[in-house]
Amino acid sequence: MNATAEATAPEPILSVRNLRTWFTLRQWGFFKAGDVRAVDDVSFDLAAGESVAFVGESGCGKSTLARTLLGLNKPTAGEVVFEGQPMSRLWGPSLKRYRARVGYVQQDPYAALPPFMNIAQILAEPLKIHGVPRAEREQRIDNALAEVRLTPSSDYRNKFPHMLSGGQQQRVVIARALVLQPAMLIADEPVSMLDASVRVEILELLNRIQRERQLTLAFITHDLSTVRHYTDRVFVMYAGQVIEQAPVDELIDNPHHPYTQALLTALADPDPANAHRDREVPGGEPPSLIHPPTGCRFHPRCPKMIEGKCETEVPPEFEVGEGHVSECWLAPR
Amino acid sequence: MADRPVLDVRDLQLHYRTRTGSVRAVDGVDFQVQRGEALVILGESGCGKSSLAKALLRVLPRNISHLGGQVRVDGMDTMHYSEEWFRRNIRWQRMSFVMQAAMNALNPVVRVGKQVAEPLRVHQGASKAHAQHRAREVFELVGIPPDFLQRYPFELSGGMRQRAVLAMSLITEPDLVLMDEPTSALDVLTQASIMNRLKGIKRDTGTSFVLITHDVATSSELADRVALMYAGRIVEHAPAETFFTDPAHPYAKLLMSSVPRLRQHERPQSIPGEPPSLAEPPAGCRFADRCPQAFERCGEDPPAFNVTDEQATRCWLYADGGTS
Repeated sequence: MNATAEATAPEPILSVRNLRTWFTLRQWGFFKAGDVRAVDDVSFDLAAGESVAFVGESGCGKSTLARTLLGLNKPTAGEVVFEGQPMSRLWGPSLKRYRARVGYVQQDPYAALPPFMNIAQILAEPLKIHGVPRAEREQRIDNALAEVRLTPSSDYRNKFPHMLSGGQQQRVVIARALVLQPAMLIADEPVSMLDASVRVEILELLNRIQRERQLTLAFITHDLSTVRHYTDRVFVMYAGQVIEQAPVDELIDNPHHPYTQALLTALADPDPANAHRDREVPGGEPPSLIHPPTGCRFHPRCPKMIEGKCETEVPPEFEVGEGHVSECWLAPR
Repeated sequence: MADRPVLDVRDLQLHYRTRTGSVRAVDGVDFQVQRGEALVILGESGCGKSSLAKALLRVLPRNISHLGGQVRVDGMDTMHYSEEWFRRNIRWQRMSFVMQAAMNALNPVVRVGKQVAEPLRVHQGASKAHAQHRAREVFELVGIPPDFLQRYPFELSGGMRQRAVLAMSLITEPDLVLMDEPTSALDVLTQASIMNRLKGIKRDTGTSFVLITHDVATSSELADRVALMYAGRIVEHAPAETFFTDPAHPYAKLLMSSVPRLRQHERPQSIPGEPPSLAEPPAGCRFADRCPQAFERCGEDPPAFNVTDEQATRCWLYADGGTS
């Protein structure tokens, strides 16, 4: 399952180059007071049918990245090319087509579903907007419900979101994302609101759909352990940038960037011994995105900082293994 | 004195009145917490764990149809006393709490230091100077620089605010701190550093903790003992060493295998089915219809059986292993 990346044709489905999404801060509603650099110079390629995860803490820009890819935030600079089409040239009908090709699975299913519409209405909405004829709609809704295993669909069509459990609600959200038959799915923390026993169900479901439909799936998450079995490649984000990327097993076995190492150390597996030892946690807080640190953005918290280097020079991408890239000055040694 | 548990709960029941009938959110729960010990109450959403917290603290919603059983704090059965007595003598004094998403409960227009010191001012009538002095001490304990006392909540990050609330819960030097999902809204690194602080506080001050959570991995960071809740009841009660490595109840086993682990190559497994309705719980074992090991006897309600001296479980599979 991890071999999909190299097996696919070189033409990526999504290509992101030097993407920046900045939000302008205004003082007194008028004077420019600075920019929040939520996504700051991010580049990557995704192959068709690949499953990837963007991992990072809150405020690292991962959700802004997702929203930019969905066309909900306008990029400040850089380019997103999807299926050969630059997103900056999309407008009106072509933008609408783009949105049908990229599905979105929200974090909180209860908040993502309109409470006053029943499931059939919720699933019909995207079909109506995209002009699918009435005759075809019912069949597509049934298929989508069957695909997320809400069967028989007649049991669910007339229910309202509050009548479903959290796991079922999340299935509806996934069905809604699938109903237009997208080529890519962006799932922003798809299971963080759900219980442990339901999480696996939803992840297995996404995984199955991704393989069956050869979808490109991008997870956005803060918890690598939940998605590790369902993803091929991982991008680690810190302060608006991707600082390390690698195939998932490689990243877990050989994390290179000190931030990735810290993140993995902080993730506990259930073990009674945990109660008797402290975890190593880097001091400090994630930096301000208005005035990010110079040089490497992790340097103020980094236990392995190189004096005179890390605080002045921005580390470029270093290849530290096969498909494993780290932006850290420790790499060249 | 030394042997007397800080908190001793017997057959606690909390039922809600709803339009569809009575909902038995907490339905006969027993546990003890010893001095300096951390008990984790683990359960999935809807199992009644937050209702249990409410019942222990007596912060009850209005639609209560039944509250019964005993809650002994340091030997005193608090159920016999009035709300006013409970407020004066127990809440904040003996037992303080950190509620779910407590970081969002701070008053936005009052400086953090003043809010953190408030329990001391209100419950112990401390002077302003003394309260501020203590606030500085507890800030140090939870790892916030003292100059943050002068700031407003919006000037603090989520992790900092959560620590401030934790500091508030410690300022009265209670015997026991009850925490309901204290870190589930936080990032991994922040979560890990708060858990480190809690371990340190437990070690250094001998405070007892009751940690209510759905997060198995986080619970292992603090637990001395674990009580697993399912459908309003504790179905397994065991020392942490046993619970995380060799749980007895089939639900506990399945739950452990549903936890995604970073350093493991097997995929996690889901538990098919859903918990029963608490309005009409099944007459027998409440896990029976999801249980792969269910047999005829599961139609009857299992009592707690001892698996070992320290491990007890409500499951008929252990009926021969001893009686309650």
